[in-house]
Amino acid sequence: MTHSGLKRTSLYAGGSSPGKLLEARFYHEDCLVYDLEDSVAPAEKDAARFLVYQAVRWHRPPDKYVLIRVNGLYSPYLEEDLEMAVRARPDAIRLPKVEHAEEVRRIDARISAIEETAGIAVGQTELWCNIESALGAVNAKEIAAASPRVAALALGAEDYTASMGALRSKAGWEIFYARMQVLEACRLAGISAQDAVFSDFQDEAGLREDLTMTRGLGFDGKTVIHPRQIDLVNAAFSPTPKEIRNALRVLEALEEGERNHTGVVVVDGSMVDKPMERRARTVLAQAKAAGLWKEEG
Amino acid sequence: MMKNAVGRELPERIGSYVVRPYAGPEATPALETPVQSRRIAGRARPEQSKLLPSLTEAIRAVGLKDGMTISFHHSFREGDLVVGQVLEAIRALGIKDLRFAPSAVVNPKGLSLASFVQDGTISRVEASGIRGELGDGLINGAISLTQPAILRTHGARPRAIEAGELSIDVAFIAASASDAWGNCTGQLGANPCGSLGYSFVDARSAEKVVVITDTLVEYPCCPASISQEYVDYVVQVEQIGDPAKIGAGAARLTKNPRDLQIAREVARVMAASRRFREGFSFQTGAGAIAIACTKYLGEEMKARNLRASFALGGITAGIVDLYDAGRVRVVECSQSFDAVAAKAILDRPGVVEIDNAAYANAFNKGNFLNHLDFGVLGALEVDTDFNVNILTGSSGQMMGGLGGGPDVAACAGVSIVALPILRGRTPSVVKRVFTCCTPGETVACVVTQAGIALNPRHRNYQELKEDLERAGIQLTTIEALQQLAESLTGVPKPIETTDEIVAVVEYRDGTVMDVIRKLKE
Repeated sequence: MTHSGLKRTSLYAGGSSPGKLLEARFYHEDCLVYDLEDSVAPAEKDAARFLVYQAVRWHRPPDKYVLIRVNGLYSPYLEEDLEMAVRARPDAIRLPKVEHAEEVRRIDARISAIEETAGIAVGQTELWCNIESALGAVNAKEIAAASPRVAALALGAEDYTASMGALRSKAGWEIFYARMQVLEACRLAGISAQDAVFSDFQDEAGLREDLTMTRGLGFDGKTVIHPRQIDLVNAAFSPTPKEIRNALRVLEALEEGERNHTGVVVVDGSMVDKPMERRARTVLAQAKAAGLWKEEG
Repeated sequence: MMKNAVGRELPERIGSYVVRPYAGPEATPALETPVQSRRIAGRARPEQSKLLPSLTEAIRAVGLKDGMTISFHHSFREGDLVVGQVLEAIRALGIKDLRFAPSAVVNPKGLSLASFVQDGTISRVEASGIRGELGDGLINGAISLTQPAILRTHGARPRAIEAGELSIDVAFIAASASDAWGNCTGQLGANPCGSLGYSFVDARSAEKVVVITDTLVEYPCCPASISQEYVDYVVQVEQIGDPAKIGAGAARLTKNPRDLQIAREVARVMAASRRFREGFSFQTGAGAIAIACTKYLGEEMKARNLRASFALGGITAGIVDLYDAGRVRVVECSQSFDAVAAKAILDRPGVVEIDNAAYANAFNKGNFLNHLDFGVLGALEVDTDFNVNILTGSSGQMMGGLGGGPDVAACAGVSIVALPILRGRTPSVVKRVFTCCTPGETVACVVTQAGIALNPRHRNYQELKEDLERAGIQLTTIEALQQLAESLTGVPKPIETTDEIVAVVEYRDGTVMDVIRKLKE
């Protein structure tokens, strides 16, 4: 089994809890984030670093995109975190609270140096940047483009709302602008856009509503705060059977048009244009990765 | 020493206990002998009263003596208040050397069963399980019995009673309501426990029967589960049990995401089977995974608009909900697992109390389990032969009881063992279970959060394999699960035991599946 390439869900597993590190691999999240930051008490940073290294280096779940979230960019732990994290060979390192492109370039250089020393292909380690402040959101475009390592931006809503003096709500209007800033930056850079967590994990109806909006906006996935959210979020970021059927019809009509040298192809009364074709191909690629559709032949 | 059919080494005798080695789930032929009972015909007269003022009086009246056998049901589970009161009264009378044969050992707060072993009141134990202080004391050598404890499944206990192997002198039956002549029930009164299914065979077979109630009702008690014709005496006490504690810890819908995930997988497996059709039957049980599984199963039934013909065994509020939603035609209730289920028999015509022997005993003329499509079973460990351990924990301690698990596995068309692949840092899928309780060939399928493995030795293997593959459910092997578990946790140090056998695990046919030896210090 290998990773599907989808990044619909990312789940944090506390780095100082061996039980949680073990359990997390068995849920259905696409991306598993081994955490050294918020879930680890200061006195346990060393132990967590060691545990996470062992977990990622030797017991890595084969079917997941694996990340390590390091401590803050200005924290005393960062240097040791990076030394360990790069050597553990995750798919990516997740950086908390990125606010400037310069920060990304600095980390990029450090990672390159460590990769070189450790005999790891330089550039192999990707970066996810958490955007968790107004400043980060404003600079999102530069951050997304700061290094070829940057594979995703992820919005962190709690810190962001604090930085705005806003109140967090279920409807989420207070983070709407930040969502759009992050999303736009990701689309311009051609990387994955990751939405903020929905904090009340008991509220399934609220999560569904939230997902309807963010998927509609164009996000690729969402950080989840609790394993119970995973299946819902995965489903929301996967194509529906109807979307798959439509995509197949669009592509079939295009093929048909090509065979018959028809200039204009029409499906359900709408002319098929380039964006429609692109959307159909994306839907099928996602459906294939999610195991919802198999290419015939 | 000899080896039984699951490869367990057994001595030919353990004290006076003669070991019949387990030879296969169907290897033991039908019993051709008449059913054994100690019941005395008696002669009841119109003016006669059965009501006695105290347990002490009742114990005197039944003539309980040193060396006799006493029985109880465990329907109140950790909420039971009768076992303690009766044992205290027996102790005060100085009666010793009793064989204690409840349907299962309960551990209500404040009751130290071990203390009754220590002072010689109890010298032998036969039950479904001996979890808690008693079992741990035996396995650690802190207390000892004159004979190893005999552990029997729910189906095996009535068989042993009717075969004359477990001969009961006095049955003490806690009933939440009774009239003064012994017509009694578990459904009425201040503290209902629901089905009295475990006690039917005791009432029929014991030499003397004492009904203990906290709610004395006008004659005749109606409905009555146990009839006056079997009852010698009735005693009223202040309280027989706390129904709120029947389901303590067990019978609530879990929030644990791991258990929910496993439960959902179990429901998927069931829904993919060809047996999941109008009129199917199921038993899910009372563990956290089982209760969640009932919920997901209900969703699958709703989605396909199916109605089950019956749900069986220990019944929970979740199953009563399915009945109320019209998804189950009959709920056959041998035990009520929570306060909701305990009250459900009274006002729902299709929720009925059944005799535990009619539920699970293979050695009679018919039982409900033989008609079961799906059985979901909890486990502490399962091994690469699909053998299941439901008794002993990772450090050898007594964790559970046999319950009906081995009976369900033997009968259900699709028997599913649902368990997490690890608990904390202990693997649950292992090379060899510490105590074998359910023989592997009766287990169709193991469901963990890390994958689903089918048992090629199960009689319905081909059918289930086809069905799951058709539904696109990914399968793995039990060996792969075991290796994955081991790769994550390492190999635990084997539990070291002495040669002294403290408990015998009997299969439903009375043969010996395994023995439990005293731990090394």
